[in-house]
Amino acid sequence: MELYRLTIHELRDLIQQGQVSPVEVVQNLFIRIGQVEERIQAYNTLTPRTALAFAKKFEDMLVRKEKVPPLAGIPLAIKDLICTKGVATTCSSKILENYIPPYNATVVNRLNAAGCVMLGKTNMDEFAMGSSTENSAFKKTKNPWCLDCVPGGSSGGSAAAVAADMCAGALGSDTGGSVRQPAGFCGITALKPTYGRVSRFGLVAFASSLDQIGPMTKDVRDAAILLRTFAGHDPLDSTSANLPVPDYEGALAGEIAGLRIGTPKEYFIPGMHPEVESAIDQAILVLEGLGAVRERVSLPHTDYAVATYYLVATAEASSNLARYDGVKYGYRTPQSAHLIDMYMKTRREGFGPEVKRRIILGTYALSAGYYDAYYLKALKVRTLIRQDFTEAFKRCDVIVTPTSPTPPFRFDEKIDDPLQMYLEDIFTISANLAGVPGINVNCGFTKSGLPIGLQIIGRPFDEQTILKVAHAFEQATDWHTQRPWL
Amino acid sequence: MAKITRKEVEYVARLARLELTDEERERLTAQLDSILGYIDKLNQLDTSVVEPTTTVIPMVSVMRDDEVRPSLKQAEALANAPDREGVLFRVPRIIED
Repeated sequence: MELYRLTIHELRDLIQQGQVSPVEVVQNLFIRIGQVEERIQAYNTLTPRTALAFAKKFEDMLVRKEKVPPLAGIPLAIKDLICTKGVATTCSSKILENYIPPYNATVVNRLNAAGCVMLGKTNMDEFAMGSSTENSAFKKTKNPWCLDCVPGGSSGGSAAAVAADMCAGALGSDTGGSVRQPAGFCGITALKPTYGRVSRFGLVAFASSLDQIGPMTKDVRDAAILLRTFAGHDPLDSTSANLPVPDYEGALAGEIAGLRIGTPKEYFIPGMHPEVESAIDQAILVLEGLGAVRERVSLPHTDYAVATYYLVATAEASSNLARYDGVKYGYRTPQSAHLIDMYMKTRREGFGPEVKRRIILGTYALSAGYYDAYYLKALKVRTLIRQDFTEAFKRCDVIVTPTSPTPPFRFDEKIDDPLQMYLEDIFTISANLAGVPGINVNCGFTKSGLPIGLQIIGRPFDEQTILKVAHAFEQATDWHTQRPWL
Repeated sequence: MAKITRKEVEYVARLARLELTDEERERLTAQLDSILGYIDKLNQLDTSVVEPTTTVIPMVSVMRDDEVRPSLKQAEALANAPDREGVLFRVPRIIED
């Protein structure tokens, strides 16, 4: 089997046992990228020279029988929203097209220390705003399972790169579903950690109370390995939790018999896409077959989550994106009469339509006269949504739902109707508002061969349990071994 | 009744330092009107005794000692400057006519 088909843990074993050189692995990945990237367009930037230089360093150490870090030579793709020192970090926006960060995000430093090798930066919806990666200012990423279909978003480039075997694993970010939904659309595994589990230092901010970085991988073990590597308190991020990081990989094994899986009635509605409904029903039967006990629960405020999110997230975004003013970095308009004029033109020329839409909506929601009716109201509903989860978790250990209401849709199908696009996130958004962790695993395909995602949501800081359930499901099925024909 | 008018969109755009073309303003007004119409459903909920959630983790003011530490070097900080003069970022004049 080609090295590019292997998982992180398989490559790790081969490299650590000296059976394969890190250089061979990285070379094999770039050959694969050369064969397939033109059709998929997952990457904004590729970094073959530095990747091979790092791989060579580890190869030399292994030849001299020196100890190498645990993930030496493991080739990863990094979403272009995560700062990488000396390597362009564009957020798929014209306003940062030429931005080269002078520092690494904390997660990047931790992965580097573990020996991981970066292959490049992946395409995304501009500033993480979108559910299809169609909002990228640069290119259209295709779903490897269906080249006319979107890969999901906003971490569509990372999801496509993993699904197409153009990396062993990738990093994405999730504010309203942006690792889980594209993972669902591309048939891979991805986890959004509890808010505060992973440092946001170096993650370009979209919505500061919702953003989290998550691993996107070929299987659950890989997600556990990456999460363990980069999770944990960071003094540079005062919203990062000061809690120890468990051995997520070690905790995967073991039975799930007796575990209570909650199915919220609000996520299983009449008029649901029939193939999604049937795949999820089958998945729940598999879990019951493994001894898990189904509990019917309710998350009564589910219907208000999208509305709440589009006030909270846009308000925070309007503040976070105020820094893009052409003064110290990024794009600046070539001609302007005075400073304010420079700001107005720079932002008009640099931001795409979805970004502008959200900035205006967020600014409106915070403006005098509207703050109470919109933003403050949304913050109160957020409390109710959080309480829904706290209540439900008294009666179950994990909550199981579809990841998306629909299978992957075609390009241009939703782009002209922002509200339709926003409703794609209906099943993932609540977890961000409540701050709880969630994982997507592939649970089947439609008749036309499009992936369907199963979402497992857990208690705050209980990533172990959702990883364990996901792992048990994966081992009892073979959905995660399927690859698109490319 | 319209949820948001073109004038309001223009006003808010100015607050956000975002210049819009006429076409953008038209389109945005219609789209935001529809989105705000959807968001209106939040008013179905009685939140009179509910506390707002601003953060989902138990926040304490995280402090550190006021000690000087290494930070970004000047050259690094200036490296992405669109227009610089020596160690300064240069911008168009501040005072309008």
